[in-house]
Amino acid sequence: MERLLRFFYEYRAFFSFLLLELICAWLIIQNNQYQGAAYFNSSNRLAANIIGFSQGVREYFSLRNINKQLAEENATLRRKLEQRNQSLFSLEMKELKDEAIINRYDYVSAKVVANSTNMLKNYITINKGKDAGIVPGMAAISSAGAVGKVKVVSDHFAVLMSVLNIDHHMSSVIKRTGHFGTIQWNGSDPRLVNLQFIPRHVQPLEGDTVVTSGYNAIFPEGILIGVIKHVTLSEEAPFYDIQVELAQDFGNLSFVEIVKSNLRNEADSLEALTKEPR
Amino acid sequence: MVSFFLYLLIQVMLMKNLVLFNTAFCFFYVAFLLFLPIETGVLVLMVMGFVMGFIVDIFYDSLGLHASAMVAIAYLRNYWLVSITPQGGYDAGAAPTLAANGTQWFLVYSIPLILLHHFVLFFVEAGGFYRFGYTLLKTLMSVFFTVTVLILLQLIQPPQRRL
Repeated sequence: MERLLRFFYEYRAFFSFLLLELICAWLIIQNNQYQGAAYFNSSNRLAANIIGFSQGVREYFSLRNINKQLAEENATLRRKLEQRNQSLFSLEMKELKDEAIINRYDYVSAKVVANSTNMLKNYITINKGKDAGIVPGMAAISSAGAVGKVKVVSDHFAVLMSVLNIDHHMSSVIKRTGHFGTIQWNGSDPRLVNLQFIPRHVQPLEGDTVVTSGYNAIFPEGILIGVIKHVTLSEEAPFYDIQVELAQDFGNLSFVEIVKSNLRNEADSLEALTKEPR
Repeated sequence: MVSFFLYLLIQVMLMKNLVLFNTAFCFFYVAFLLFLPIETGVLVLMVMGFVMGFIVDIFYDSLGLHASAMVAIAYLRNYWLVSITPQGGYDAGAAPTLAANGTQWFLVYSIPLILLHHFVLFFVEAGGFYRFGYTLLKTLMSVFFTVTVLILLQLIQPPQRRL
């Protein structure tokens, strides 16, 4: 026993090295799980405030741009509303009366506190959290397009998994043909993402719009993701190799909207029924 | 102790936003570990490296990543210091800096450790070797950037001041 202890004492540096690295490995694995532990990340209040301060300084210089973007978005929304009203008027369609369907999605606006585009796993920290009703799994969009989904929340902050995260998958549709695939980032260029699993018989063209599909109950249907930039089809491959240029420039993301899907629980529990063993 | 927070704050508030060509990162906080006095025990080094890495991880949302890289170089730092002892040995109580031992010695001391740190960091982040070329490019560019910043920083500060 004494010799064993002496052995450990002799190599205490090595053993504590092993112990610390094991702790690190455990932390990395924990953090890789979608919806991990909520304490040690930038939604931590102190950390978020410190990052928020440096973001605030930087943001000061882009206020003019942000203002312009918001004004443009306002104008677009107003135009859309007017068009919708006019078309309803001429078609004399019946208005939907089902409250649950009308209020299917609810939006919470939040400010970006921290954002990165150059790691392989990029996260975005925002200044709204549990107190604004945000829970993990909600979608985040911006005026330009899809942004990501909520990973963890603290009381006043939340961390989003960015579309620019190699672990982020998003169900999407080529708007013109209606074929659906998966959007995933390959980790190098922050302006391009890959559209996977589009089979050979489809004819995607450069310039086609890619939008969210609404198959996963996280993102609402038809949110813009981007525009197809390159289409390649190698000889033996069963699927196309498609690169999509993102509509949202993640380098200057300042505001996001969190989408609360009010019917999500219903959809999920309905889908869960089909998976139960019979 | 002051320098601990100084390195940390500069890293997470300034250097986090400073990425060149989308590949060259500056992980300036490594200097905290490199500049600790030569006599510092390996256990103290590892614990300090772990704490430093852990806090940086909180800001980068990459739990365990920076901590594991820091622990790795903290473990090897003293062995490396012993094996590159200059003729006549180190001064008692000195820190392994450029001012104390010269530019050439400092490069030999810092480059392998920073390379190891960045190598562990980027390859663990990538989760393996299947993005090998791109990850290696990131590693080398970042080593170049970090070492340059470290040397410039030591050249601009008054020589008698200790960190």
